[in-house]
Amino acid sequence: MNMNNALKECSTNESITEISEMQTEFMKKHKRHHHRITFFRLFILVAFLLVWEFCAKTELIDSFFFSSPSMIIDYFLEMITNGSFFSHTGITLLETLLSFFFISIFSLICATCLWFSKTASELFEPYLVVLNSLPKSALAPLFIVWLGAGMTTIIVAGISVALFGSIISLATGFKQADSEKIKLIKTLGGSRMTAFIKVVLPSCIPNIFSNMKVNIGLSLVGVIIGEFLAGRRGLGYLIIYGSQVFRLNMVITSIMILCAIAMLLYQSLQWAEHYYLKKK
Amino acid sequence: MNKPVLDCKHISFSYHTLSGETKALKDISFSIFPGEFVSIVGPSGCGKSTLLSLISGLEKPQSGEISLHLEDKKSIGYMLQQDHLFEWRTIKDNVLLGPEINHTLTKEKENYALSLLEEYGLFQFVNKKPSELSGGMRQRAALIRTMVMSPSLLLLDEPFSALDFQTRLSVSSDIGAIIKKSNITAILITHDLAEAISLSDRIIVLSKRPGEVKKEIKIKLSKTDETALSARSAPEFNDYFNLLWKEISDEYE
Repeated sequence: MNMNNALKECSTNESITEISEMQTEFMKKHKRHHHRITFFRLFILVAFLLVWEFCAKTELIDSFFFSSPSMIIDYFLEMITNGSFFSHTGITLLETLLSFFFISIFSLICATCLWFSKTASELFEPYLVVLNSLPKSALAPLFIVWLGAGMTTIIVAGISVALFGSIISLATGFKQADSEKIKLIKTLGGSRMTAFIKVVLPSCIPNIFSNMKVNIGLSLVGVIIGEFLAGRRGLGYLIIYGSQVFRLNMVITSIMILCAIAMLLYQSLQWAEHYYLKKK
Repeated sequence: MNKPVLDCKHISFSYHTLSGETKALKDISFSIFPGEFVSIVGPSGCGKSTLLSLISGLEKPQSGEISLHLEDKKSIGYMLQQDHLFEWRTIKDNVLLGPEINHTLTKEKENYALSLLEEYGLFQFVNKKPSELSGGMRQRAALIRTMVMSPSLLLLDEPFSALDFQTRLSVSSDIGAIIKKSNITAILITHDLAEAISLSDRIIVLSKRPGEVKKEIKIKLSKTDETALSARSAPEFNDYFNLLWKEISDEYE
């Protein structure tokens, strides 16, 4: 990423002056390398799918258990025509985004409070550590009892997976803000609040973005766990249901859709970060 | 004589940690008069920076009294060792940080800041980020950030120590001239004796920890002009240097 930016800068600078032969050679080499990587990435995927399809067709593997790319495509098209794709994917996506939203808000608020009060930060540290290292799927049955089997439980499960880790990582990031810069704010007559807004928050923007990228992945994990246990709709429900009635097409197709969703969510945050940095 | 701007009477200060108490300052007394440029030198760790923190009000003395005679307390300017320009702000937004924090940002203040930037040769960098400036320019921008607040007392905590030697010479000379010209009272902390002699009217020598006032030396140089560079070639320069060096090196024995 950085390399690309540096190169872009290089090329704009170079276009003003004259581009030397060695520079063009270097650029060409870089481009060739880049194309080669893209090609082999695609190659791995295509080869995997072809081998899979071939093994299924020649019955080297049992397509009842392992499915095959063509069966997945068939099932996928069927899901689109009967509309189940939209309802199941939509509900999973909605739950994931909601829990991601709540994680982001809660963890920012909590980390801010911990930054303002050293006492609070000392008091809650052991609790946060325990809650963070606890396997959150252990809590899901409790949530079902407390909140019933439904969307609330699933969203809470999604939140629980990422929240504590997110608070810890944000609070650590806030604490690492340059104390000399905070002193500067004080010498200019600013309060601790000013220091937070002018120094801590802006200097932690990269930290906040990388934290969000971790959270979006984790909230998807939490939502799927929630749907396994308490869902009546959604991709997690399809996976569990499909495995129980031995419709492995359904399971594997859902997993493929999950892959796509995970990538899409991560990528949109990447874009948001990119857009933010560019605007700045 | 004029009424002093700053009166320090019998100041003491200690730092407390679990491993024990560290006495930083012991019974410090001195006065600073309007328009004076005073340097405070001393062996490292003698509590020089602590003294500035006390004067600026960031810390409270454990005993003794600091009285300031300024129009208001906000007219103390503080310059730190590093420039601490914020990378995410442009130079203009960086120098306007003070008024922004104090909610006194007006069009006039902004114009004043721009005129200062122009005067000190930074006008073309107004909308640039600090990373595009050299070390010397950054330190000048940091000085402007302090000057925008129109301080009547300026505290300088080794503001040139992060610069390389050549930049240090020219920037300290520039900044010295700027301060003299605006007739601001200044207190400079430094461990560079030559820098102290070339810039100051008076030098206060502190002893090693716990810091006490060991000696006060008035500096009178026959300079050709008002720059710190010409001060370095004044005939008395070496005598002052040797005198100071003797005082300081005593402390290291």
